Amino acid sequence: MTQAQLQEGANISALSEEPGGRKWRDYFSFNTDHKVIGIQYLVTTFIFYCIGGVLADLVRTELKTPETDFVSPEVYNSLFTLHATIMIFLWIVPAGAGFANYLIPLMIGAKDMAFPRLNAVAFWMIPPAGLLLISSLLIGDAPDAGWTSYPPLSLVTGQVGEAIWIMSVLLLGTSSILGAINFLVTIWKMRIPGMTVNQMPLFCWSMIATSAITLLSTPVLAGALILLAFDLLAGTTFFNPTGGGDPIVYQHMFWFYSHPAVYIMILPFFGLISEILPVHARKPVFGYQAIAYSSLAISFLGLIVWAHHMFTSGIPGWLRMFFMITTMIIAVPTGIKVFSWVATVWGGKLRLNSAMLFAMGFVGTFVIGGISGVMLAAVPFDIHVHDTYFVVAHLHYVLFGGSVLGIYAGFYHWFPKMTGRMLNEFWGKVHFALTIVGLNMTFLPMHKLGMMGMNRRIAVYDPKFETLNFICTMGSYLLAVSTFPFIINAIWSWMYGPKAANNPWQALTLEWMTTSPPAIENFDKLPVLATGPYDYGMSNGDNKEVENVPFSDEKEPALAAGPNSALRADPDPKVAANPEDRK
Amino acid sequence: MNIPSSIWTLLVGIVVTIVSLWYGQNHGLLPTPASDEAELVDGLFNAMLTISTGLFLIVEGALIYSAIRYRRRPGDDSDGSPIFGNIPLEILWTAVPAIIVIGIAIYSFDVYNSIGGFSPHSVHDAPIEEQAVRMPGAAIAATLSDTSPNTDSNLNQEKSDAAMQDPATAAVRNADQIPQRQNAPGVGVVSPTIGASPDKEGTPPALTVNVTGLQYAWIFTYPDTGITTGELHVPVGREVQISMTANDVIHAFWVPELRLKQDAIPGRQSEIRFTPKTVGEYKLICAELCGPYHGAMNTQFVIETPEAFEQWQKEQQVASLDLQQLVAVNSADLSPAEFLAPYVSDLGIQPEMLHQVHHTHH
Ligand code: HEM
Ligand SMILES: [Cu+2]
Ligand SMILES: [Cu+2]
Repeated sequence: MTQAQLQEGANISALSEEPGGRKWRDYFSFNTDHKVIGIQYLVTTFIFYCIGGVLADLVRTELKTPETDFVSPEVYNSLFTLHATIMIFLWIVPAGAGFANYLIPLMIGAKDMAFPRLNAVAFWMIPPAGLLLISSLLIGDAPDAGWTSYPPLSLVTGQVGEAIWIMSVLLLGTSSILGAINFLVTIWKMRIPGMTVNQMPLFCWSMIATSAITLLSTPVLAGALILLAFDLLAGTTFFNPTGGGDPIVYQHMFWFYSHPAVYIMILPFFGLISEILPVHARKPVFGYQAIAYSSLAISFLGLIVWAHHMFTSGIPGWLRMFFMITTMIIAVPTGIKVFSWVATVWGGKLRLNSAMLFAMGFVGTFVIGGISGVMLAAVPFDIHVHDTYFVVAHLHYVLFGGSVLGIYAGFYHWFPKMTGRMLNEFWGKVHFALTIVGLNMTFLPMHKLGMMGMNRRIAVYDPKFETLNFICTMGSYLLAVSTFPFIINAIWSWMYGPKAANNPWQALTLEWMTTSPPAIENFDKLPVLATGPYDYGMSNGDNKEVENVPFSDEKEPALAAGPNSALRADPDPKVAANPEDRK
Repeated sequence: MNIPSSIWTLLVGIVVTIVSLWYGQNHGLLPTPASDEAELVDGLFNAMLTISTGLFLIVEGALIYSAIRYRRRPGDDSDGSPIFGNIPLEILWTAVPAIIVIGIAIYSFDVYNSIGGFSPHSVHDAPIEEQAVRMPGAAIAATLSDTSPNTDSNLNQEKSDAAMQDPATAAVRNADQIPQRQNAPGVGVVSPTIGASPDKEGTPPALTVNVTGLQYAWIFTYPDTGITTGELHVPVGREVQISMTANDVIHAFWVPELRLKQDAIPGRQSEIRFTPKTVGEYKLICAELCGPYHGAMNTQFVIETPEAFEQWQKEQQVASLDLQQLVAVNSADLSPAEFLAPYVSDLGIQPEMLHQVHHTHH
C-alpha cells in the first residue's frame, strides 16, 4: 500500500453528491461556506488582476518611446498608481486570503472557518472597495500620488481621487484584519484532535505567520491613512509641512505596514509552494520544521525592517545601519526556505505538470528578487538605486515571479479539488512557457535601466534607454497574451473538463481525503491522520521493506510514520490512529 | 539524497566561481563613476554581484538539473526516497548565508562610513542617553512629541538660517513659510546627511552649493559668489557640499554617476558631500515622485576643470546680477510658476510645463 492509499483508506470520502456551492447564484450571495468564499475571493481577485494588468500594459505602452505620446503625464501617474494599488491590495493580498479560506478548514479537517459570517463579511468588503477605486478612473479624478501616497504630494494632487484611494484602502485593510483573525482562530482551535502543530501542513504555518503580521501592522496603516484624510479633508497638518507637520512620520507609519505587507504578499505563497513541491516531486518536504519556523522568523523580522524604504529620505546614519542589518538577516530564513525547496526537488521523481512547473518557476524567479533584495539592503548601494527601475525590477521579481507564479501553481494544483474537473495540461504548459519568457523579458532589463539612471514613475525618459524599454514593453504584451490560454483553459475545463478523482495527485494532506469538489461540511466523519502530511516514498508502490527511513526504526506501521506523522505522537485517546480500530 | 561525486562538485564549484568572479567585474551595469564615493560604492556592488551570480547559478542550476535528471519516466509510479531532513546540511546552509550577509553588512558599513554616512552632525549632536535622561514624563510619549521642552539649539533651524543668510538662496527658498523641523529627541538632528568622509572630517568643504527643489525645477545658489542657476557646475577634485531642501513637495537629488541620492524635504535641511572625480556632463535627476512633470525634472550636472569652473562663475555672476534684481522686486508670494517665468530658458524647462504649473498649482 502506498501512503496515499493508506491515508485514503483511513478516511471515507464524504458521500454527498452535492458540492459546497451548488448553484451559480451561491457565488453571488452572502454565502458562509468557506469553499464558496474561497472561490469568490479567487475569482474576484483574478478579475482585478486582469484590470491591473491592462493598466500595466497601458503604462508600458507609454514607456515604449521616450516621449509622452500615449497619455498625458497626469493620466500616466494615475495609471501606475492604480496599477500598483490594484495589484497589491486587490489581487495579491486577497488572493492569499482566498486560498487560505478554501484550504485551511480542509487541511486541518474542520467543517468550516471559526467565524463563517465574519468570513463572508470580510469578502464582501472587497468588491465595493475595488469598484470604488476604479470608479475614480471613470469620474476622471483618479489618485495619482503613487500607491505610497506620500504627503505633501498626495495633499496637493486631486482631492477627490486621493480621498477615494484612502477610503478604498481602509476598507481593504479592514477586510484583511477580519480575515486574519479568522485564520488564526481556525488554525489554533479547529484542528482535528490528534493533529499537533508539528503535523499541520506547512500552508497553515505560513498563514499563522501572515495573519500575525496582518494583525500587528495593518492598524498602523489605518492610522496613517486616517491622519492623512484629516490633512486632506479637514486642513489639519499632521503631515503637511506648511503647518509644521512632518511628512517623514507618514513614511514611517506607511512602511511599518507596507514592508510587512510584502511578507503578507509572499508568505502564503511560500506556504503553497511547500505544499505543491513535495506532492509532485514525490518526496517529503525537506526540513519541515526549518520551513515552518522560518515563516515565523520572517514575520517577526519583517516588523523591524521598515525604514529600509527610507534610506534616502530622513533617517540618521546609525538608524540606517540598524535597518540595514535587520533587513539582511531576513535573507537567512528566506535562504533556508529556498534551499529546502531545492532539496525537496533534488532526487525526487518529478511530475513536471503545470502546477509543478509553476512551483519550480516560483523558486527560480523568486531567488532573483531575493538576491536583489539583499543588494538593496546594503545602504550605499540602495542610495544609488532607490526609486529607480532597479527597484521596479526587484519588486516584480518578488511579486510577479514570486506571488503570481505561486498563485498560478496553486490554481493548477487545487483546481481539480475546487471544481471537480481536471485542467488541460497542454495549455497549462503553454501558459507557463509564455509567462516565464514574458516575465523575464519584461523585468530583467529593468535592473540595468535603474542602475544606469532611469528613475521610476516617469512618463518621459532619456532616449538612450529606448531599446531596453522597448524590450520591456514587448515582454509586457507577451505577459498579457500569456493569460489567455489560462483563462480559456480554466473556463472551458470548469465546464467540460474530464472529471477529477478525489485525489488525482496521490497527495497526503486532508483536503484530498474528501470528494472533489468537497461537500458542504467537507467531511462525513472526522478525518484521521494515517500518515504525516509529506510522508511520500515511505513505501514504493509495493510492500517491500522500506530502507532509509531516517527518523523511525519501526517496520510496521513504520510505513506510515514519518517524523510528522500522527502515528509517531503519543496516542491520543480520543482518536483511534489506526483506521481498522475506527470501524 | 544523490549527492554527485565529489569530483563533479569540485568542477562545478570551480566553474561557478570563475564565472561569478568574471561577471562581478565585467557586468557593465553601472554608469561612469564620477566621484570618489562612486568608486567605493561600485566596489561594494561588484562584490555583491559576484556572490549573487554564484548563488544564482547554484540555485538555478540545481533546479534545472533536477527537472531534467529527476523527471518521472513514463511507467515509473514509484516515489522518491523519503528524506525528511539532514541536520548538518541545514546548519550549513543557514550558516553560509549568515556569514555572507555579515560580510556584506560589514563591507557596506565600511563603505558607508568612508563616504561620510557617519558625519558627526547626525550622531554626536544628540546622544540618545543624554536626551532620554532629560526627558520629562514617559520616555515613549516624549519621543513621539516634538514639542517637548527641549531648549537645545536646533541644528536644522540653524542650517536653514545659515542658508538663508545668502540673499540668492533666500530669494528662491520659502523657508519663512515652512516651519523648520525640530531635532527629534533621541534621534538627533532630523536632517539626513552624507557628510564629510572621515579623512576630511572637520575641514569645511571647498565649495558649498544650496539646492532648492520645487515643482519642477532645481535651483542652485552659490553662497560664496551669489550665483543663481538652473544647472549645477562643480570643479573637479574639490569637495562639494550640497545643502538642500524643497519648497513644496518632496524631491530627490540624484546624479547616477555620483551614486548619491538624497531627498529634498520641505521643512528639513539635508546635505550630501562628495568629491567630483571625472570631468564630464551628466544628468541630475529628481528621483522622488513630485507631480505629473516629475519625469521632466532634470538638468545638467557639469564637472569641469577648475579653470573652466572659474570661467563659468564669472559668466554667471554677470547674469545673476540681473536675476537678483528681478527677484528682489517680487519675491515672497509668487507661485513657483510666476517665479520661474524669467528662468525658463535658463532652466531648460519647456514652456508647456510651466503652463501646467499654473494649472496644477494648489
Ligand atoms: C502584468 C504584468 C506587469 C507589468 C507589465 C507591470 C509593469 C509595471 C511598470 C512598468 C511599473 C512602473 C511604473 C512607473 O514607475 O512609472 C510598475 C509598477 C508597479 N507594479 Fe507592476 N507590472 C505588472 C505586474 C505587477 C504585479 C503582478 C504586481 C503585484 C503586486 C505589480 C506591482 C507593482 C507595484 C507595487 C509597482 C510600483 C508602482 C509605483 O512605483 O508606485 N505589478 N509595474
Ligand atoms: Cu521633483
Ligand atoms: Cu520629481
